[in-house]
Amino acid sequence: MTARRFGFGRPLLALVIIGVAVIAAFPLVWMVLSSLKTPQESMQVPPVWLPRSPNFEAYREVSDVIDAGRSMLNSAIIATSATLGILITSLMAGYAFAKYSFKGRDTLFAIMIATMFLPPIVTLIPLYRIVSEMGLAGTLFGVILPQLGNAFGIFLMRQFIAGVPNDLIDAARVDGASELRVLFTVVAPAIVPAIAALALFAFTFHWNTYLWPLTVLQGNTDNYPIVLSLGRLLSYNRGAMNAGFVMAGATLAVLPPLVLFVFLQKFFVDSMVSTGVKG
Amino acid sequence: MASVKLERVSKSYEALTVLENIDLEIADGEFCVFVGPSGCGKSTLLRMIAGLEDISSGTLWIGERKVNALSPKERGIAMVFQSYALYPHRTVRGNMEFGLKLSRLPRAEIDRRVAKAAKMLQIEHLLDRRPSQLSGGQRQRAAIGRAVVRDPSVFLFDEPLSNLDAALRVSTRREIADLHRTLGATMIYVTHDQVEAMTLADRIVVLSDGVIQQVGTPLDLYATPANLFVARFIGSAQMNVMNATVAGLSNDTITLDVAGLGAVLIPALGRVPLEGDRVSFGIRPEHLAVDPEGPYRARAEAAENLGDHVLVEAGLPDGEPVLLKCGATARIARGDQMNFRLNGVDAHLFDADGLRISPAPGHEPTEPV
Ligand SMILES: Nc1ncnc2c1ncn2[C@@H]1O[C@H](COP(=O)(O)OP(=O)(O)O)[C@@H](O)[C@H]1O
Ligand SMILES: [Mg+2]
Repeated sequence: MTARRFGFGRPLLALVIIGVAVIAAFPLVWMVLSSLKTPQESMQVPPVWLPRSPNFEAYREVSDVIDAGRSMLNSAIIATSATLGILITSLMAGYAFAKYSFKGRDTLFAIMIATMFLPPIVTLIPLYRIVSEMGLAGTLFGVILPQLGNAFGIFLMRQFIAGVPNDLIDAARVDGASELRVLFTVVAPAIVPAIAALALFAFTFHWNTYLWPLTVLQGNTDNYPIVLSLGRLLSYNRGAMNAGFVMAGATLAVLPPLVLFVFLQKFFVDSMVSTGVKG
Repeated sequence: MASVKLERVSKSYEALTVLENIDLEIADGEFCVFVGPSGCGKSTLLRMIAGLEDISSGTLWIGERKVNALSPKERGIAMVFQSYALYPHRTVRGNMEFGLKLSRLPRAEIDRRVAKAAKMLQIEHLLDRRPSQLSGGQRQRAAIGRAVVRDPSVFLFDEPLSNLDAALRVSTRREIADLHRTLGATMIYVTHDQVEAMTLADRIVVLSDGVIQQVGTPLDLYATPANLFVARFIGSAQMNVMNATVAGLSNDTITLDVAGLGAVLIPALGRVPLEGDRVSFGIRPEHLAVDPEGPYRARAEAAENLGDHVLVEAGLPDGEPVLLKCGATARIARGDQMNFRLNGVDAHLFDADGLRISPAPGHEPTEPV
């Protein structure tokens, strides 16, 4: 105790944490600062740290090239639908794997886990062909559909639901709750932090995903999510080399996941959900 | 209100048979206790009645209805769990209302029932608290309240007192008995504690290894245990059981040669064994009386003073242990030699399979042997 309170451990630890935080935050800060610079400032060597006259010129330029609003909306539709889909299917499948006993359950679970180790690139073309056969190539729905379920989500939910006391579930059944109601009104509230974590993972992943929408959308730029549109900015900009312009697009793109994180953060912090069951 | 009837009910998990051919009738309004050691299948049986566990074979009736295929909700039961199982993110009121809302009861009726149950259980001041803000005893009341508001015809309790401390256990036990008297509902109560069973039950069902050993009133089980298992399980100081051989038979008396005691005469009533049969001789500690003139001897090894009586653990001449329950004034110290006597009518005889031979202890008094 005394060593901890008066020794070098604590300040040292704090220093390391601050160091890591600075390293992690630096690109983000640099991105935002660059987006506010003039083209000259963003190209200067040695680099200019702070823009002399911060301006939103780069943001205006972005909207000249791409329909940023439309792209953001597309991203929001994709990420939100995928996230909701993953939450619902993961909760339902996780509940079944955790709390039902049926023939072949463990084998099925093992097979499902195994799919997590399949490189996504391997399934890209087959998946595209299926979606294309369904006539969904080029559509947002085609992007979303295969993303509505996911092995990691099921795995995560199963692990947490397994920790929910059986008596709690039985009590709800005796009270007359259907299985769906048990899941969504008794089990889910008991694992809110895990659900929030999964929501954040899923949203961020599907906000940032690049290859899959690029493949499905087949150059239909109207349906491009913001990440694909950023790619278009890069190629548009190849001659001009205006980093500030790309950084402005990138800043726009990271905003929604960031806001979501701030919003969900409180669930991680007070994740001490009491189970109501004594020990 | 409803009776509960089980006909040849069995339960198995794949190859493992947990309960076998349970036949049982529980009368409307009865307080029935399932008691037995841990793992004997009590909870499984209760959960089958609740509808939380499939019935592998056999028929279950609640009232006039065959309920095998009905969901818990349709069976008109309510259950109280050992772990309380209160919904952690709901208040006590929210916990009590949950089932009623699902039944789409009118708001006014819900409020009326919650208020009534809360008053009866004295938890009115706790209605707006969450389970995490309650003590163990308060949680148990809230859990009972959640059962009461459903107005079930059958209450099911699975070891509801196990998580409470000793003092609370006694007072809550009394409250559950009061609740039974007030509501008049059928109650089925599971416990591994025979004291709880004896004090609460109208009728006790003793289970062991998934088989009913005996069904009867607390007094029945105590006075005429059907087999050695029940004899040893019921009674807070365990019955003494010794090996014996039938040494002689006359018209009205059996002479036994009991290991560690010697000759013991008991009245020949009911099924009489054959001469030379090996039997088990059982006698409760309170039926062994310390008496300097007594024919049997033992050496005290430990004495436990329980206030109103002293429980003496002693060794018979052959080294086997024997328990004696003596009056509070008995002065017995470790190492004391003592003499004692017993009355043959108090003895319980069991055959080689552990089944009871002797009938209910004779009401015709016989002379002490
Ligand atoms: N889901 C299950 N699968 C396999 N065996 C089980 C299951 N549930 C209970 N059992 C077995 O059934 C037996 C009785 O259990 P239980 O009814 O809980 O006993 P009790 O409540 O009397 O302590 C135990 O041996 C237990 O291992
Ligand atoms: Mg049990």
